[in-house]
Amino acid sequence: MTDAALPAGASAPDPSAAIKKRLAARYRAERRFRAYGIAAIAVAVAALLVLVGSIVSQAYSAFWTYELALDVTVDPERIPGDPSNPADIQRGDFGVMLQNALRGEFPDETRNARIRELLALSTRLNSATLGRRVADNPALIGQTIRFKMPISDEVDRYLKGQATGRDWVRLDAAPAVTPDADGETAALRLSPADAARIADAVGDAEPSVIVFSNGGAWRLSGPAAQTAEGEQLIAPGAPGVEDRALILSTPEADRRVSDAQIAWTETLRARGDVKAAFNTYLFANTDSREPELAGVFAALMGSIFTMLVTMVLAVPVGVATAIYLEEFAPKNRWTDLVEVNINNLAAVPSIVFGLLGLAVFINFLGMPRSAPLVGGLVLALMTLPVVIISGRAALKAVPPSIREAALAVGASRTQAVFGHVLPLAMPGIMTGSIIGLAQALGETAPLLMIGMVAFVADAPTGVTSPATVMPVQIFIWATSAERAFEARTAAAIIILLSLMILMNAAAIFLRRKFERRW
Amino acid sequence: MSISLIVALILLVMIAAGFRLGQARAWRAADGRAGALHSLPVYSGYYVALWTGVPALALVAIYGVLGDGLVNALVLGGMPQQVQDLSAARQETFMAEARAVAAGLYAAPSALHAQAAAAFARLQGLFTWAVAALALAMAAGGLALARGHISRQFRARNRVETAIGILLLACSALAVLTTVGIILSLLFESLRFFAAVNPVEFLLGTHWSPQIAIREDQVGQSGAFGAIPLFAGTFLITIIAMTVAVPVGLFSAIFLAEYASPTARKWIKPVLEILAGVPTVVYGFFALLTVGPAIRAAAEWVDAAVPFLSFAVPTQSALAAGLVMGVMIIPFVSSLSDDVINAVPQTLRDGAYAMGATKSETVRQVILPAALPGVVGAILLAVSRAIGETMIVVMAAGQAANLTANPFESVTTITVQIVTLLTGDQEFDSPKTLAAFALGLVLFVITLLLNVIALRVVQKYREKYD
Amino acid sequence: MNDREPGGHAAPLTPPTPVVQTHDMHGHPLASLPVKVCTRDVDVFYGDKQALFGVSMDIPDCSVTAFIGPSGCGKSTFLRCINRMNDTIDIARVAGSIEIDGANIYDRGIDPVLLRARVGMVFQKPNPFPKSIYDNVAYGPKIHGLVSTKDETDAVVEDSLKRAGLWAEVADRLDAPGTGLSGGQQQRLVIARAIAVKPEVILMDEPCSALDPIATAKIEELIDELRENFCIIIVTHSMAQAARVSQKTAFFHLGKLVESGPTEEIFTNPRDERTQDYITGRFG
Repeated sequence: MTDAALPAGASAPDPSAAIKKRLAARYRAERRFRAYGIAAIAVAVAALLVLVGSIVSQAYSAFWTYELALDVTVDPERIPGDPSNPADIQRGDFGVMLQNALRGEFPDETRNARIRELLALSTRLNSATLGRRVADNPALIGQTIRFKMPISDEVDRYLKGQATGRDWVRLDAAPAVTPDADGETAALRLSPADAARIADAVGDAEPSVIVFSNGGAWRLSGPAAQTAEGEQLIAPGAPGVEDRALILSTPEADRRVSDAQIAWTETLRARGDVKAAFNTYLFANTDSREPELAGVFAALMGSIFTMLVTMVLAVPVGVATAIYLEEFAPKNRWTDLVEVNINNLAAVPSIVFGLLGLAVFINFLGMPRSAPLVGGLVLALMTLPVVIISGRAALKAVPPSIREAALAVGASRTQAVFGHVLPLAMPGIMTGSIIGLAQALGETAPLLMIGMVAFVADAPTGVTSPATVMPVQIFIWATSAERAFEARTAAAIIILLSLMILMNAAAIFLRRKFERRW
Repeated sequence: MSISLIVALILLVMIAAGFRLGQARAWRAADGRAGALHSLPVYSGYYVALWTGVPALALVAIYGVLGDGLVNALVLGGMPQQVQDLSAARQETFMAEARAVAAGLYAAPSALHAQAAAAFARLQGLFTWAVAALALAMAAGGLALARGHISRQFRARNRVETAIGILLLACSALAVLTTVGIILSLLFESLRFFAAVNPVEFLLGTHWSPQIAIREDQVGQSGAFGAIPLFAGTFLITIIAMTVAVPVGLFSAIFLAEYASPTARKWIKPVLEILAGVPTVVYGFFALLTVGPAIRAAAEWVDAAVPFLSFAVPTQSALAAGLVMGVMIIPFVSSLSDDVINAVPQTLRDGAYAMGATKSETVRQVILPAALPGVVGAILLAVSRAIGETMIVVMAAGQAANLTANPFESVTTITVQIVTLLTGDQEFDSPKTLAAFALGLVLFVITLLLNVIALRVVQKYREKYD
Repeated sequence: MNDREPGGHAAPLTPPTPVVQTHDMHGHPLASLPVKVCTRDVDVFYGDKQALFGVSMDIPDCSVTAFIGPSGCGKSTFLRCINRMNDTIDIARVAGSIEIDGANIYDRGIDPVLLRARVGMVFQKPNPFPKSIYDNVAYGPKIHGLVSTKDETDAVVEDSLKRAGLWAEVADRLDAPGTGLSGGQQQRLVIARAIAVKPEVILMDEPCSALDPIATAKIEELIDELRENFCIIIVTHSMAQAARVSQKTAFFHLGKLVESGPTEEIFTNPRDERTQDYITGRFG
């Protein structure tokens, strides 16, 4: 805005001067307004990034898990009944076998409370897996087999560093340990350098300090000094962690995994019995009360069955309605009524469809609760408007010349539509249908109404067996108390989102591949 | 293999046979020259197949829907007075148990059960066989009848096309049926609820505590069904959501429509669309485990930093749910607003620019006033979506029916209460369960009204510039 | 630009002449008028497509200059260059120079907002803002800060409406929406809106094409009155209108300025065959 830009014209009172005076302020307002726009976009993008970031950061740890491998003796005496009958074998007491195997790792522990803590390293529910394995192969009876299972969720969280901060201090010299008479405590003598390093690592906090040596483990009862009192967690002698001190920043009272459990876990890890692995349980297992065993398999199957029902109903009926409205419907009140209804249904809250399903399908028609059949029906009614609207758009995009050409060679209206218009509109119809189904795949609220929120232990085998679906599984896990479910919920979300992205990608692919410009 | 499967297979075979026979008959009638016929032989095939399949399948479908009820009624009718006198709920339980006994799931707990189970087994067997036989007979009859129609002049194609037309019309009727179903089921159950609870108390009462005893003899079984706290909670969360979604969505739309380069548009639009595609349960998880704790932590920090101020926020709060719902609705507002802003004719923009208006002046003083009805319609639609949204509030807003305007407290909404009332143990006829339908009716009416108004406003606006 | 046809310019490439000889509507020569707008070698591109080829011409002040030519010949494009309306189209690019009172409006220091306050524009379709009649007219003076009190605004609105010949018809309903007026009234309202900021040049892009003959006659009358104080440039597809209202006429064809000169001369004695063909109705 140089002053020399526009020399004043012939007209006497020059308005430019007045305009110029205001111009700076107007441009400031302009920049401010533009900044609001950029800020709005930034807020939306940031919200998406935070959303995705928080889910991914919580989910990544759930895709791998720590497994505990034990040498389990399949004790024939614990399997009553006919050892050749798989059903009889599964009734065997495999839980005790697992417990014996775990106790066998630390045979010196005799205190009952401690044994209970030790057995909590893995859930008893693992016995079912062991039972199935033996039932599949009865020759294992009487043998000692290597059995892998997921370690308890709280220990898993500890091993992933989510339960407490961990700091290892390597000891230069093995501490001299003088156990007292009952074996519960011991006097530890550390080298001055080691004591100083531990004290240094501890700082002002009051964490737990566990000293490992000669396969044994002691928790220091007082501050780290050259002579320290220690509570014996593991008796020395067997293989284990060598000459190290473990400093745990979260006090024992504030975490769900005890110092003793940590000492056992670290010892088992040093023995090679605890290893990280890809979390196959998450994909292959059904829901479980124990987070480490819970998987999405049943929900995935439930989603597939539900989507099948939805697809079989919504797509043909939706396409038929679209064809009727676009190609055959006379302009009358009935057609108007149908159109108004479709527009309104598209905006009815999803939960109302759930109420419809509960009242009509379950209570009036007596269909089974929690079944993919009812879920699929409800979702089909919800998806119908999407399929109809996209179907009509696709049919509209076919130029009238195609219809006229078919009619002109003597085809009937029906022949023209089904033989010529519909095939050309098919890619568009499929794209819209897939997008509608992807939306239905993520729907939760109406399914809660028809009882798909129940705990389902087995994968559904048909459209009438009790089932849950992915989004509802996410809801169930998200509202569970165990913290380990948080990561699994996030992982389940990632799986669900991947499925939805896959479906949308398929839709985009279809559109790109078959898109026609007339 | 069950009887129904066998019948279905036989029917399929008969339909295929009907098609073949019809086609063959047409060829014969034409002496092998298709030109001699009114319709192509394939249409004669379809015609016969339709006559074979449709009546039989219709019978099977009707039996599938109504059969159980009929058997139930007949069994019940044959039971002694003592069963007839049971309450409706008890009767239902009894019949379900008898049915399970008949299916061999467990042994009969009483002689009455055994009697009912025997009746069930007998009647079900009888009906199944009867329906199967009748269906097959109808298929055979239909086939023979239709085959007899076929001749050289027979207009098979027209008949088949009429059938297709009826099918298409029936499909389009489903949308209307769905609406009718929604309205009837909500009305019917709500009326039963209002028989037990005064509608005025429901709509204007300020105390909500639907905890009704499971057993009738328990004391204190009458809950309080004043829904005002629910309406208030819904309103509060909707306001918070709109406070986020309207400015962000509107300014995003303005930026995209008026400022962004085509490249920027190409990248930003999909990002907003992703926000729209995320399932609501994922937003709920985000609100519950990320936003809620973050707000609580922030409140704790404020509490510690500012003396004399006692400030605590629960993890589940109206604010957490409202903020996340706002994020969910941003793309909704922005894409609808984008549409209406783009619908403002270019001549108005040109007029403003030609007057020497800057871009922001053009947007604020010309485009927005012109697009206002459309934007208002978009916001109304967004409000309707916020009111009907369920999962975010179920997970992040809490259950407590607080009547409050404080966004830092937990509140409950219409949708949350519907979910709470209908999940878990329930008895279908209790007011507690029926209350969910009354709430559903309120929800349906509100959203319907908002949508109708919004669509009207948007339509009027479109007409103005078309 | 290789395909530029040097012979395409009817106006020779001379330095800007200080005065232009024009004639009034009856063919009588007017007093010499100073040059208001002077363009040299103006090319316009939409993306890869060139829409205007080396247009050079002088436009006199206090007179009406008409651009005529068949559809798509570039006359509107050229008009939109004079107040830089082409800036609002992302893919448009303008080369060459357009000077108003000797200053190139495409210089880097020139602010289009300031420029457009000096060069008003009236469009083909009347486009009153969705505001009242009063606010429509007051819009320009308000955003540019030309008025500070209600009295001043009232005066500007009244004056502008009077000069646009609309005052008598709307004086009693200034608060009514501008979009409620008839087409011809809307177009005069838009003209009032344009002159309210006291521009020096007024561009009119087929201002009567959406109007009936009576409204057209009124607008033409108005244009003739406004000529006293403004440099008016009008694009029209009606040769009769060009002959009626303008003192100077320029004929465009396929993006080129074929010839320009006093209206009388163009219509009675065109130098170029294409002009002759167009005027006699052989194409267009």
